[in-house]
Amino acid sequence: MSETTTSKHVSFLQYKGKYKGILGWILSTDHKRVGLLYLYTMLVFFSIAAILGLLMKIQLIAPGYTIMGPQTYNSMFTVHGIIMIFVIVVPGLPAVFGNFFLPLMIGAKDVAFPRLNLASWWLYVIGILVVLSSQFVGGWPDTGWTFYAPYSFRTPANVLPALFGAFIMGFSSILTGINFVVTIHRMRAPGMTWFKMPLFPWTLYATAWIQILATPVIGITLLLTVMERVLGVGVFDPTLGGDPILYQHLFWIYSHPAVYIMILPGMGAISEILPVFSRKRIYGYKAIVLSSLAIAFVGYFVWGHHMFTSGMSGRALYAFSFLTFLVAIPSAIKVFNWVATMHKGSLNLQTPFYWATSFIFVFMIGGLTGLVLGSLATNVHVHDTHFVVAHFHFIVFGGTGYAFMAALHYWFPKMFGRMYDASWANIGWATFFAGFLTLYLPMFALGLQGMPRRYYDYLPEFHTGNIISSLGAILMIAGALIIITNLVRSSRHGKKVTDKNPWGGKTLEWQTDTPPTLENWEEIPTITDSPYEYK
Amino acid sequence: MILGASTFVEGVDNAFMLILGISFFFLIGISLTIILFIYRYNQKKNPKATQVKDSVALELTWTIIPLILVLGMFYYGYVGWIPMKTPPSEGIEVTANARMWSFNFRYENGRVSDKLYVPVDTAVIVNLNALDVLHSFYIPAFRIKEDMVPGLANNRTWFEATKTGTYTIFCSEYCGLQHSYMLSEVVVMEQDEFWEWYEDPDAMVVQIPDDANLALLGRQLVERNGCIACHSLDGSSLVGPSFAGRYGETIRVTTGGQEREIVYDEEYVKRSIYEPDADISLGFRPGQMISYEGEITEAEIDLIIEFLKSLNE
Repeated sequence: MSETTTSKHVSFLQYKGKYKGILGWILSTDHKRVGLLYLYTMLVFFSIAAILGLLMKIQLIAPGYTIMGPQTYNSMFTVHGIIMIFVIVVPGLPAVFGNFFLPLMIGAKDVAFPRLNLASWWLYVIGILVVLSSQFVGGWPDTGWTFYAPYSFRTPANVLPALFGAFIMGFSSILTGINFVVTIHRMRAPGMTWFKMPLFPWTLYATAWIQILATPVIGITLLLTVMERVLGVGVFDPTLGGDPILYQHLFWIYSHPAVYIMILPGMGAISEILPVFSRKRIYGYKAIVLSSLAIAFVGYFVWGHHMFTSGMSGRALYAFSFLTFLVAIPSAIKVFNWVATMHKGSLNLQTPFYWATSFIFVFMIGGLTGLVLGSLATNVHVHDTHFVVAHFHFIVFGGTGYAFMAALHYWFPKMFGRMYDASWANIGWATFFAGFLTLYLPMFALGLQGMPRRYYDYLPEFHTGNIISSLGAILMIAGALIIITNLVRSSRHGKKVTDKNPWGGKTLEWQTDTPPTLENWEEIPTITDSPYEYK
Repeated sequence: MILGASTFVEGVDNAFMLILGISFFFLIGISLTIILFIYRYNQKKNPKATQVKDSVALELTWTIIPLILVLGMFYYGYVGWIPMKTPPSEGIEVTANARMWSFNFRYENGRVSDKLYVPVDTAVIVNLNALDVLHSFYIPAFRIKEDMVPGLANNRTWFEATKTGTYTIFCSEYCGLQHSYMLSEVVVMEQDEFWEWYEDPDAMVVQIPDDANLALLGRQLVERNGCIACHSLDGSSLVGPSFAGRYGETIRVTTGGQEREIVYDEEYVKRSIYEPDADISLGFRPGQMISYEGEITEAEIDLIIEFLKSLNE
């Protein structure tokens, strides 16, 4: 057993198992390697989808034809949406940081089902390839990522691969959810009771349940759409006696809880980072846990707020509006607790802290504009306009994206055993933040003015807002380039970190070697204290 | 805020003001607090953190106050919205038809128009009809929006305009290639002016003076019915084949799965308008266009043919 003895001392990055080179990665069941596989896959596809987004904004810099025709534009916002939603933000933090850090933070050697974990990544990659294959067998789909009936049956564009690909990725999501639920229930270190578990695993737990319970609905819906298109079953298509509004219900029964799949782990990561950089206990640990569970639960019952103008009955609408306002409360509680955590702290102003505080800012804008959308009277005016586009970019790109970057800059030294260049990281953050606000804030104004979304061309009255927004996009992409270059370069050439705990964190992952060894622990630690005991 | 011209504007804008006002208050307040904390408690100024115990009272405060505020927002949103859902029993009724990618409006007396003409200070009930896919009927100046759903009966919205003028109607539900060009206008007129327009006897039948330019009338029909969204006039292929330079030529089509050659003549044009899927030009897909039977009369088709002929010149 010489191999296991060495594995105790060699980092997971260097470890040589049964396979060598790239096979040692894509066939590895080590949760840390799987986490990094997701990270690299996301980096590639995020770049592609971000470039599509940039091209769309360049098209919109002036009315009329700028750089592409309407069919190309419609395909671009569809593929941008599919990649960003299904490939990036839904798997997002759980797939990368959940895989990497869940076992480390609860004192386990791996997730409960390591092979299933690797299989999830493979399903995910296969799903992506199926989606993208549409480009080579008849052109990208042009339905928008929502695939609304009956347009998704009428369009001559190639919708089937996208639907089928998203279906496959759904399985990846369900399997990851099951894996995390079992891991959290069965594999916590001795002494780690539920309320001694750190907050990131808590949010992963809430998220995993949504993944398990909600994803099958979208799976069935996508499959029904495939059957409708191929066999003409007639569930959603009005010419065959189907109901297009039923499609919207089924779609949002998943896709609204999916928003909480996207944001909850982000909230968890922020709840880890703020105490470390404030040198202070998290304020309101239990309130944050309970509000996460509340969001996961109430989040199931608010899908109708995507459909206030769909033709649904009035009574259902105000029930949905009411519940939507209720779900705002747990998010507000979290914001107050984060700010209270900084109070009387000793704030260490480093890159992860900047990302975390700017997360609070953009998340507040996303959340507060969500109130405009949750209220019936105001929703009718701004629904399906650029206001909505701005709102959900503030939540899923602002919220989840900033939390992802905060987490990446926070855990980077643990993951790679190297440190990034802090000044470049800060310059990248500042550029990105400025570009982000310039890009998305004008969209709120455009939406209030009445500019619908998914618009290839627009009336002259919308020109000013679009120019500012497009310039913001260029600035933001420049910021993203600085950030990515800095991180990619530093992962191979950055200054070596050997300190187990460079930020002075109290959670378990900082007690492992940097980078962790294959099985994380020589001896499973025993927990006696709550996870944020700063003295 | 932005231009408003209906009875709903006040209720909706009140809700906007309330929600945006509270939102700005919290956004600015919390942001300033964070900035203050960064200034006051950064490591240089405050090298040692003070541990603070959780306070249930504080947690309850910041749960209950926001709860009351959002309930207020819900209430204002509800009050501003409920009139939209309760159309009055009296008023004029118009049926709005949407198809890829144009609107038309049919009045009770049979008058059809590509713009929505309405009298000021009068309730207008709009029956919403979609002929192919989802569309949405959106008039920002009136603060109304309602999806137009194919196959959904009794789907309606209503408004009462308070100012004369012309306001844009947008399709706000994505409906394919030319979605961003699916626009129309609502023209709010003085009441007597409207009724004069409404009862204009000349508008009911196509009046063709002897010296009329038939091709020009045909062109107007083609534009009014939204044909050029899919059929170009310059020879380029869009969703359907171009109108240019084809009339009188022999073309290749697929009929019931069989390829054949036919002449692009009057018969063919008529069949293509009433049964679009009967003959599909080579290189195009069936199922893209729906029949215009009942929308375009045979007399109108004759004018369209004159227009098609004129494109050959």
